[in-house]
Amino acid sequence: MMEFVQQMINGIALGSVYALIALGYTMVYGIVKLINFAHGDVWMIGAFTGYFVLAALGVGPLSIILAFIVSMIVCAIFGIVIEKTCYKPLRNAPRINILITAIGVSLLLENGARVIPFIGPNPKQFPTFGNANMLFMGINISFVQVIELGISILLMILLNYIVNKTKMGKAMRAVSHDMNAALLMGINVDNVISFTFAIGAALAAAAGILFALAYPQVEPYMGIMPGLKAFVAAVLGGIGSIPGAMLGGFILGTAETLTKGFISSKLADAIAFGILIIILVIKPSGILGKNQREKV
Amino acid sequence: MQKNNRLLNSITLLLVSIVIFAVLFLLIYNNIINEFAGDILKISGIYIIVALSLNLITGFTGQLALGQAGFMAIGAYTTAICVMKFHIPLLAALIIGGLFTALFGFLIGFPTLRLRGDYLAITTLGFGEIVRVIMVNLEGLTGGAAGLYGVPSFSDDFKLNPIMGFIWIFCFAVATILIISNLINSSAGRAIISIREDEIASNSMGINVPYYKMFAFVFSAFIAGIGGGLYATHFGYLNPSMFNFLFSVNIVVMVVLGGLGSITGTIIASCIFAFFTMYFLPLFKDFAQNVFHISILDFNQVIFATVLILMMLFRPRGIMGTKELSFVKLVKGIGFNKTQGVK
Repeated sequence: MMEFVQQMINGIALGSVYALIALGYTMVYGIVKLINFAHGDVWMIGAFTGYFVLAALGVGPLSIILAFIVSMIVCAIFGIVIEKTCYKPLRNAPRINILITAIGVSLLLENGARVIPFIGPNPKQFPTFGNANMLFMGINISFVQVIELGISILLMILLNYIVNKTKMGKAMRAVSHDMNAALLMGINVDNVISFTFAIGAALAAAAGILFALAYPQVEPYMGIMPGLKAFVAAVLGGIGSIPGAMLGGFILGTAETLTKGFISSKLADAIAFGILIIILVIKPSGILGKNQREKV
Repeated sequence: MQKNNRLLNSITLLLVSIVIFAVLFLLIYNNIINEFAGDILKISGIYIIVALSLNLITGFTGQLALGQAGFMAIGAYTTAICVMKFHIPLLAALIIGGLFTALFGFLIGFPTLRLRGDYLAITTLGFGEIVRVIMVNLEGLTGGAAGLYGVPSFSDDFKLNPIMGFIWIFCFAVATILIISNLINSSAGRAIISIREDEIASNSMGINVPYYKMFAFVFSAFIAGIGGGLYATHFGYLNPSMFNFLFSVNIVVMVVLGGLGSITGTIIASCIFAFFTMYFLPLFKDFAQNVFHISILDFNQVIFATVLILMMLFRPRGIMGTKELSFVKLVKGIGFNKTQGVK
């Protein structure tokens, strides 16, 4: 039983990272109907930016906060640049073209990082603060897990505020509801889309640092698997739905750690895609998603 | 008229391939081109088979699939295990491998093909990863992560093996081209193309969209499985990491480069790709190493990614678009033959 609770806690900590990445997928999908394959690699860039900041300044409370801020800004810029250069010209092209472009951007980012001399293909040790643990009723909670959960919940509350309470959030909801109508109402759709990419990328950057603090190793291909799993989380929760992405992230994280703990650690990667296939058979619109009819 | 044209096309294709075959055969047999060049030809042939299988589902049916390497892996392992453990002749083993892969194509297509294209992309991608994980875990059968060694080659005679491999792969490549080009020009092919053009419209025209999608998908899996079997026999050993996501993406690059929905385009692009990766890039790497003293690791993947993005931005139709180079028309002096609808 203790083992189960322990794995649940590990799962929730991991799930909060997945949820943050999944938010980026789901917001972009909600607005431009694009699976942004490059999202996992923006996450990788976030982790690397954090690595460079922490390697330069050393680990401390201030430098960690600085690392978060710098990497969120850098990734937001990356998100906007990718959207402006690669996705915007194709907005009216067939869906398959933009999907292939997204795969191309993803490959370019991860392999570009391998070629660039100061990143390189070899894994790097992420600076982290030792193994501070709390023992709470026989359950082991590490300091990093507390930070993971705390920062993700903070960012999710912030995101909720932006989407539901600000003018930009209102515009985002309008564009995701009907892009053409929003355009007619005088909303600057281009700006809204860029803003969405920037927010998604910034969340991914934060998730990247959190993940790297827990699993202290960064390398250019690190974004592929967590990126895909976070996408599965977004589909599981209902793609396009923000609370759905959070829920999906937590479910996927716990499912993965429970598989690792009780079945086999080798199957942990396969379980995410198993979940994806099951959800596509049972309820393709996801747990919290609305069933949309296709119109001519 | 249409039927005559198809027959004429097939016959010309056969004649042309026999001529090409004879020339290449003599060149290889008399050692005029060396074994390495022969390897490039064989790999080109395998790429043609696999890329055509992807073009059927992505180019003609309009559904992006990212797990073609997974299908190849199933075909490759099935063929290898059939030959090694059950001593089934190679031809039968290849067909069994293809059929077994088609079965998996059916199972994976069943939940996803009823949905929109994006889901197919991500599910096939996940499927490819699952296949790899399973191949690593089934150690008794597949040799696990270490791989499966000693897959029997095309011929027992060591000296004859290169030329036999060439004959096998060439015949399968020509058969694939023939079957797919005939399929595309049949009524089933028209139905498949109409799904690419507009799914809802073709549904309302009375086309059984899920059926034809499934048909294209299963058939594509079958061909990819055979391609995988040939790949296994060519290399003589198998390793799950040979069939990773990057391999699937490389197949997508070939199809996109050649033109989504063009058979001749895919053939040209596959040959270019094989030549580029096997001959030009190592040469380029050596050059950079010796002259500028820089080692360019993974440079090819950067180039492919850039090509993919630039193609989509500036020439999404690829080299050929949906056009085909037709030998019949070539003889008649027209050259290009626009076979498919306007886009």
